[in-house]
Amino acid sequence: MRPFRHATFTPICDHRERPVAAFDRLDGMQRTQNLIVCEHCDSVYRRRSLARGEVADCVVCGAVLDRHQWLGVDAQFALIFAALIVFVIANVSPIVTLGLSGMKAATTLWGAVIAMWNDGAQIVAFLSAMTLFFFPLGQILIFGWVLWFARKGIRAPGFPLAMSALVRVKPWSMIEVFMLGTLVAVVKAHTYFDVVPGAGIWAFGFLTLLVTVFSSLDPRELWDLTAEAEA
Amino acid sequence: MSTPPRAIDLGMMACHVCRQVTAYTEDRHARCPRCGNTLHARKHASVSRAWALLVAAAIFYIPANVFPIMRTQSISSRDDNTILSGIMELWRAGSPGLAVIVFTASIIVPVLKFLIMGFLLVTVQRSSGMVARQRARLYRFVELVGYWSMLDVFVVAILSALVHFKILSRVEPLPGVVYFGIVVVLTMLSAMSFDPRLIWDNRKSQ
Repeated sequence: MRPFRHATFTPICDHRERPVAAFDRLDGMQRTQNLIVCEHCDSVYRRRSLARGEVADCVVCGAVLDRHQWLGVDAQFALIFAALIVFVIANVSPIVTLGLSGMKAATTLWGAVIAMWNDGAQIVAFLSAMTLFFFPLGQILIFGWVLWFARKGIRAPGFPLAMSALVRVKPWSMIEVFMLGTLVAVVKAHTYFDVVPGAGIWAFGFLTLLVTVFSSLDPRELWDLTAEAEA
Repeated sequence: MSTPPRAIDLGMMACHVCRQVTAYTEDRHARCPRCGNTLHARKHASVSRAWALLVAAAIFYIPANVFPIMRTQSISSRDDNTILSGIMELWRAGSPGLAVIVFTASIIVPVLKFLIMGFLLVTVQRSSGMVARQRARLYRFVELVGYWSMLDVFVVAILSALVHFKILSRVEPLPGVVYFGIVVVLTMLSAMSFDPRLIWDNRKSQ
């Protein structure tokens, strides 16, 4: 992949020449469509479409304003669909199997959740179930739902709600941390037991890759790519 | 290149959820015309919320480190590990490389979060214009690495589920791990409550 090129957006106007009231000259939502405000420092820019591999940084605080969406809606949908399949495999197959003098023990993600619940760590069981199952699954299903309709250029039923949910759920999905945690657990267990990695660990590894790719996508782009369905 | 103007100075604000730009309003019940979420120029009660959650996290951080997080039981021995002793054991018996990763995720990251969030909150309260760009970068760092501290919690969860060989060998979670999970969630909530725009507001200098 090509390295990122840094792009800049044009500031909306010179602060000193035209203080305040610039908004008065912009009527309605249409004319604010091409403005973008830095989420970290509140600087206002005029948006322009970015070329492949470009990332626009805020000149004031350095945060990322916008990045080129290198995957089209169809490709994004394919990616989400793949993620759903891998997610199912990751959750039904054993992650690792331990052997100790002829006995065997295996676990899945839900096995870990249930073990924590039964051993008096219900809060941890709840956190694990949310951050490793419900939030990632919700993210995949909701993103899939809006993308399915976005392929036809329309907004899915419940679009505003779905888009808000995607933004709110994103920081709480922790598949990649779980992946690293599995590796640490395997190394720790390896000292005392025979460890056989199961299909689940590969699925989680692959899911980590997919999650990394789709966390580079900004679903908010869909607001601009879709229009309200004609009633 | 001149400094771009700020939305608040231009009488605008952007929806914190969908980024739609609208006219500035003081109305606390105003909703985004596009996504329907509540509009606000700055996160509500950002500094006090972030402080409260940070202090709560710091309090829970003590039992998280003092209490053991995991019990390893076999016929001949019973071994309770705290976060730190678990890392030392991993260093000795397993893999020093992974021990460094776990040490970073479980000790360095939470401590850095306390220090950085405390520093950001104090400088914002003093309306300091000092090193704003660097502080903005620190905030983005905290947001980026915060959730990796869940690492040890997941390790205990997997081991507890796996090592279930009746009396021969058994791993159980202990209360420390619950406190640690709570610490991670509270520090994440604290960082989310903090509004980085405040770094650029009301600066005394410049």
